[in-house]
Amino acid sequence: MTDFSLWDILRNLLLALRWTVVLSLIAFVGGGVVGGLLLFARLSGGPVADRLIGLYVQVFQGTPLLMQLFLAYFGIALFGVDVSAWTAASVALTLYTSAFLTEIWRGCVASIPKGQWEASGSLALRFGEQMRHVILPQATRIAVAPTVGFLVQVIKGTALASVIGFIELTKAGSMISNATFKPFVVFSCVALLYFVLCFPVSLYAKNLERKINVARR
Amino acid sequence: MGIEFDFGAVLGQWPLLVRGVLWTLGLTAIATVIGMVVGVACAWSRASGPAWLRWLVGSYVELIRNTPFIVQLFFIFFGLPAAGFKLSPEVASVIAMVMNLGAYATEIIRAGIEATPRGQIEAAVSLALNKVQVFLRVVLPPAMKKVWPAMVSQIIIVMLGSAVCSQISTEELSYAANLIQSRNFRAFEAFIIATVIYLALSVGARRLLNWAGPKYFFGR
Repeated sequence: MTDFSLWDILRNLLLALRWTVVLSLIAFVGGGVVGGLLLFARLSGGPVADRLIGLYVQVFQGTPLLMQLFLAYFGIALFGVDVSAWTAASVALTLYTSAFLTEIWRGCVASIPKGQWEASGSLALRFGEQMRHVILPQATRIAVAPTVGFLVQVIKGTALASVIGFIELTKAGSMISNATFKPFVVFSCVALLYFVLCFPVSLYAKNLERKINVARR
Repeated sequence: MGIEFDFGAVLGQWPLLVRGVLWTLGLTAIATVIGMVVGVACAWSRASGPAWLRWLVGSYVELIRNTPFIVQLFFIFFGLPAAGFKLSPEVASVIAMVMNLGAYATEIIRAGIEATPRGQIEAAVSLALNKVQVFLRVVLPPAMKKVWPAMVSQIIIVMLGSAVCSQISTEELSYAANLIQSRNFRAFEAFIIATVIYLALSVGARRLLNWAGPKYFFGR
């Protein structure tokens, strides 16, 4: 049996870390786009759209991400499509992220005083113009901190993709642990790498939050 | 091409599902009680403990909050035995859930404690209450009341997170779903049903805790 040095373990984990980062970015960008569309639909679509999207949010926030991944994996396969772990993980994480982001952003838009809507409406701005020139510039400022904060949740969420066979950091950790019989070292390294990835993002989010609160006070 | 569903094949195995639900609820209940005690203790340490303890608790909180639950679980279940602590899947699951909830609860409760007006503490001290009495009787109850909704959300998140415990063969709800689909190959139906049950559990638990919290736990 070959002996594995700490560097061997760490090197292989770092290689797998790429896929955690890529999957996080896919989920975050995809979820951002879908979440944005849902936000517009919710703001302009009347009570029915509001209800439906509210339900969508509740379903994704009220069920385990693990189940969502399984459902994407087995659900897409029902249509006779050959699903890769990549597809299933990207779809599930994108939808999951979109539900949270659209809810966060809705809160930010809702915190803009009603007078801003009324004033811009009385200037004959249409919905799109109101959003673009009046509401969004103000809402974005508030939204940045919680959005960055949620990125940490997305990165941690990608760890679950390991369960459907997506080889990212956690899956690589399990495989290396099985090959080296050093679970303590391997999972310490895995946790450390996640920490190195997430902690700066957390700090950045906290910093943004503090800045905005200072400006508001 | 038609897709046929057979939910009956899954629902026929209802005793497994019920067992799974009971495990999920049981694990969550234990983790909630112990996790909140951990949270209160750590929040107190962070607010008024010595510097080294504050640093230690701060590291614990950040370490847990910035790593995935599944990795914490694997570390406890697969990693610790290598260092000499052998744990059953259920105990490992509870420990992981307690550690996880404890870290988030610390931050939540700390926010409540920090919102206590100074005058209340000064008034309590002037009534000759000691440090522990001030914390337990004056600072903590209103703080808990203030942060209870956030706490309930976190408890729900931990309950949903416990689905991952099936990966170390703890026999909770998602394990039951997995077992059923391995018997009859009705994977999609099994996971749909499990998902619907999880949704019902999270809605029900949220209602129950939001109602019971102010009524029974902090009085007034």
